Amino acid sequence: MLTCSVNGTSQSVAVEGRTLLVEFLREKLGLTGTHVGCDTSQCGACVVHVNGRSVKSCTMLALQAESAAITTIEGLAAPDGALHPMQAAFRDHHGLQCGFCTPGMVMSALDLLAQNPQGLSDREIREGLEGNLCRCTGYHNIVRAVSAAQSALRETDRQAA
Amino acid sequence: MYELDYAKPATLQDALAALAADPEARPLAGGQTFLPVLKQRLNRVSTLLDLSGLGLATITRTADAIEIGAMTTHGAIAASAEVRAAIPGLAKLAGWIGDTQVRNCGTIGGSLANNDPSACHPAAALALGATIRTDRRAIAADDFFLGMFATALDPDELIVSVSFPIPRCSNYEKFRNPASRYAMVGVFVADGPAGPRVAVTGAGQGGVFRHAAMEAALAQDFSAGAIADVATSAEDMIGDIHGSAAYRAHLVGVMARRAVEAAQT
Repeated sequence: MLTCSVNGTSQSVAVEGRTLLVEFLREKLGLTGTHVGCDTSQCGACVVHVNGRSVKSCTMLALQAESAAITTIEGLAAPDGALHPMQAAFRDHHGLQCGFCTPGMVMSALDLLAQNPQGLSDREIREGLEGNLCRCTGYHNIVRAVSAAQSALRETDRQAA
Repeated sequence: MYELDYAKPATLQDALAALAADPEARPLAGGQTFLPVLKQRLNRVSTLLDLSGLGLATITRTADAIEIGAMTTHGAIAASAEVRAAIPGLAKLAGWIGDTQVRNCGTIGGSLANNDPSACHPAAALALGATIRTDRRAIAADDFFLGMFATALDPDELIVSVSFPIPRCSNYEKFRNPASRYAMVGVFVADGPAGPRVAVTGAGQGGVFRHAAMEAALAQDFSAGAIADVATSAEDMIGDIHGSAAYRAHLVGVMARRAVEAAQT
């Protein structure tokens, strides 16, 4: 039995020892926003947050997340459907084409910004997203989106302060 | 993945008892190598013993060493103010493994126990003259690495921590495979209590190794110029789709010179 919190909701679900975290999310909870791209921990489409840090959910057992707080792409938007600033930036800056990599990109980008409150240059953003592959965009608009989200999130923080 | 049981022992003694009781049980550290191996069904275990509950994710500085718990992640080592101040080459190495997500899970103990011929940590352990502490003994890095994927560890022996003597200076340079980010050639240099040491990973058919000729040259003069003419034989180098043995031998010299040139105290 795995007990954890997913997007703020407590879950207690029977899983096998070999069940991967991504299988638990997609198949047990129906949270199919988290994608499986390569299934070999290279592409980053499966990135979710476990206790606030980004991990590749295809390379973690579900039971390793016992008692953890997990956030997936479904947990970002507001209850009224308003997009999270990072999601909005990806839309505004056309940071996606087919969209398959986007959930992982968004989750990795959020961890990247959270770990670097001093702010990141475009080059640092590009390097910081090296664990996520996109085969459509050539990355330029993704970097633009993350940079714009960085500014937007700072503005939100400033107003909150 | 084949069916398996998962257990999370609460103490080192519980983990060791479980390993001793079942030869098919295997320890799980960060899982960034072992889980992919299991997913490909290249290996089969009865039980995975998750070591994350043993309190081994620690970094401690003593007067002359940095002691890192086996379950400390690469990300934690890279971010550690103590490691960055005392052994900048080790922090750089850890921050260069895989990608952020891999570094958030992968551990130093797992990397050393696996001894992948292209892994980074074995180079630091060897060049810094680290001591690998296990549940039953202390093993000098010089005696620990026994060739590709082979170590001095007994099948049921667990690494508890790794102690790195603080060197005068250290650095790591890596020529990365652009896809996997593994080292095609990685060279760790350190000028420590036992004199200059140079360890090479990613290149040798026998896994990580010390470069005796470069160490002798650096003992005379710790400068990039001192090793400019030191030859590296291609005889025992890995040659594969990514680069020939001669190419890797050449890279060893280039990486070593760059590492010495920018070695930090």
